[in-house]
Amino acid sequence: MTKPLVEVQDLRVEAQTDAGRRVEIIKGVSLTINEGEIVALIGESGSGKTTIALTLMGYTRTGCRISGGKTLLGGRDLVTMSERDRQKLRGTDVAYVPQSAAAAFNPSHRLIDQVIEVAGIHRLMSRTEAKIKAIELFHALALPDPETIGDRYPHQVSGGQLQRLAAAMALIGGPRLVIFDEPTTALDVTTQIEVLRAFKSVMRKGGMAGVYVSHDLAVVAQIADRIIVLKGGEIQEEGSTAQILESANHPYTRQLLAAFQPKPFAAPTPAAAETSVQRPLLEVTDIFAGFGPIQSNGLPYKTVLRNVSCKLERGHNLGLIGESGSGKSTLARVIAGLLPAARGHVQLDGRELDPTAGARSKEQLRRMQIVFQLADTALNPSRSVADILGRPLTFYHGQTGAAREARVGELLDMVQLPRALRHRMPGELSGGQKQRVNFARALAAKPAIILCDEITSALDTVVAAAIIDLLKNLQRELGLSYVFISHDLSTVQSICDQVMVMQHGEMVEMLANDQLPAGARHPYSKLLFASVPKLDPGWLDGLPTDISEHA
Amino acid sequence: MSQTPVSSPRFGMRMNATGIISGLIILCWAVIAVIGPTFAPHAPGDIVDFDFFGPMSEQLWLGSDYLGRDIFSRILLGTRYTVGISFGAVCIACFSGVVLGMTAAVTGGYFDTILSRVLDALNSIPSKLFGLVMVAAIGSSIPVLVILLAVIYTPGSYRFARALAVNCNTMDYVAVARARGEKTLYLIFQEILPNITGPVLADLGLRFVFIVLLLSGLSFLGLGVQPPNADWGSLVKENIGGLAFAAPAVIAPCLAIASLTISVNLLIDNLPVKIRDRS
Repeated sequence: MTKPLVEVQDLRVEAQTDAGRRVEIIKGVSLTINEGEIVALIGESGSGKTTIALTLMGYTRTGCRISGGKTLLGGRDLVTMSERDRQKLRGTDVAYVPQSAAAAFNPSHRLIDQVIEVAGIHRLMSRTEAKIKAIELFHALALPDPETIGDRYPHQVSGGQLQRLAAAMALIGGPRLVIFDEPTTALDVTTQIEVLRAFKSVMRKGGMAGVYVSHDLAVVAQIADRIIVLKGGEIQEEGSTAQILESANHPYTRQLLAAFQPKPFAAPTPAAAETSVQRPLLEVTDIFAGFGPIQSNGLPYKTVLRNVSCKLERGHNLGLIGESGSGKSTLARVIAGLLPAARGHVQLDGRELDPTAGARSKEQLRRMQIVFQLADTALNPSRSVADILGRPLTFYHGQTGAAREARVGELLDMVQLPRALRHRMPGELSGGQKQRVNFARALAAKPAIILCDEITSALDTVVAAAIIDLLKNLQRELGLSYVFISHDLSTVQSICDQVMVMQHGEMVEMLANDQLPAGARHPYSKLLFASVPKLDPGWLDGLPTDISEHA
Repeated sequence: MSQTPVSSPRFGMRMNATGIISGLIILCWAVIAVIGPTFAPHAPGDIVDFDFFGPMSEQLWLGSDYLGRDIFSRILLGTRYTVGISFGAVCIACFSGVVLGMTAAVTGGYFDTILSRVLDALNSIPSKLFGLVMVAAIGSSIPVLVILLAVIYTPGSYRFARALAVNCNTMDYVAVARARGEKTLYLIFQEILPNITGPVLADLGLRFVFIVLLLSGLSFLGLGVQPPNADWGSLVKENIGGLAFAAPAVIAPCLAIASLTISVNLLIDNLPVKIRDRS
């Protein structure tokens, strides 16, 4: 029997906090990876998946250290090895593909120089040979213009291309093990397919072993042979991809799988909606908006939204879907009055709203609240939770003192957070807790409409599913209407009555919930819906190869 | 995140030895500025030594100056001028600079453009030359000095605060507050200021040092604090003749200036760190 390529035995990693307290973040993990096998590490943020992946290079992040156990790569222990010896292995035996390729490339060097740098450091081959090999890799990774793309700078290629170039950088030294750290998380679904497909074919051809770190079970299902499920720095379950997907035993794995099941959509039943003449709660007509100075034709220099119209009925939800740059967030900003529209109208309850938030009445502002994607930047880091939630209460409802305190408590109950959290600062909350506080702040105003801008995109699958459930419950109790922006079809599908598909700042198609996803007629909508990864491991291989050319 | 604490948590503030020592030196000078002259062994104007540039002795701890006056008493009195004028000027400069900077960042548009260019123009005038001309034109008095120093150092503080506030202004929490309908005053004091306090305080310390040095420079040129009063800068100027005799009269005020400015610099580099560590 051949020895496995990687053997991790009872690995422990400790981190030190700024008070000098030591915290164990990896608690005795053991795993093996065979030659040519791709193993996925899956789990929520903070489960230690990246930390484990990094120890395979003998590396820990600042403040962390390996406190016990062994990491054997080809029979040599990386933990006890000297830093010099480890550096010899990195790039030649083991290589790393980071999550954000955009941050991993130096913006002031040409791509080709960065890709072949590894070959130069380890004196593996001459520059010319390295360039030839790099171009071969560019071919294999299905990059456009493989001969010349290396002469460009990082900002001149797209995010998906940059991610593939990062893979080329990792593969140039011919490593035996490649570590992929969430390489497609930051990409659009349509781009994700191309990148996944390129990774898969290159790995298969080269017969390399891989570690694929992700929180997305559907993506992992496409590429991995084996899946290891992590939580709290411990292995929860381990098995072949088919085993995990079909007969998971551990409750946490089941939870992960359950978050993927399409939630049955139950149309909210607005009370007394059909009685009088229906007037839409929010109506947006012929919006043109963008950035830069207004030009002679009355449009801004860079027009982002062109002729967008939509309606939101009371007690219903409108979904906006499209890839990044399609103008969905811009539309939310226009509706909220943060970016004044150059042309077009926004009406609330049949009444015209001023294009800028500053000129709208307090009552109009109160009725429409916006919740942003990144709770990290949407919550002021130097104010406590009680201050953050209390301000809208004072501002809109004039509540102070004990009344305000009591209401803050109620709001925390509503979003299912313990009341004791009120004294915390945002930095002391988890991602899911922050997003709940972010949402509770919008609720504090007692609005009629909440504009949700990608509020689940930055969250783990399980946490996101919980937030969606919360949104539905609150809608039932408080009679809210949501404008729900997302690039994730399944989330939108589970909550929205109507879905508007956007591309390049224009409306492509308006679909009712029961038409999803099969009823899409426009090719772009079809492509978008077909690109959502499915749990079926054969899904990626079954897709037509020219899928992205339909758009 | 589930984590297992290995040792118990600690709370409170943490500060290193350098920070504590420099803090104590600054505190010491601040106390002297307030109550120092009452403990002066001699009246600062009295001629107590028949010799000039006298050495250190039992009676005259830091020797005597060019007229035979007690240098120790004169430094105690000078502290009040140096620290007081500089502190007043730095407060005015930083308050106006930071408030204008944040307002410009939040308001944007023409207000920002015009204010920035006007203050840039002011900034482009060499500070010592500007001081010379102004003192020559209006004459030297303590209020004039305070305001003059404040005006000279406002543009720098404005630039600094505006740069920080522009970054904060693009954050989503400011957008949320705007969408809520908050006015400029709330935005700058509640949303932006708490997030830029750290760097602004560091800037305040640095600017204080610049002001002490500029004030000493002006006094050395005879344009600062006028006789019979004297700040540290004018003490150096008065006794510059003693340099040839290695008189303590010229060295002592120099050491006073150095100890204050270096301490302030070290303190802002080693401000206390708050420990917020919860599991």
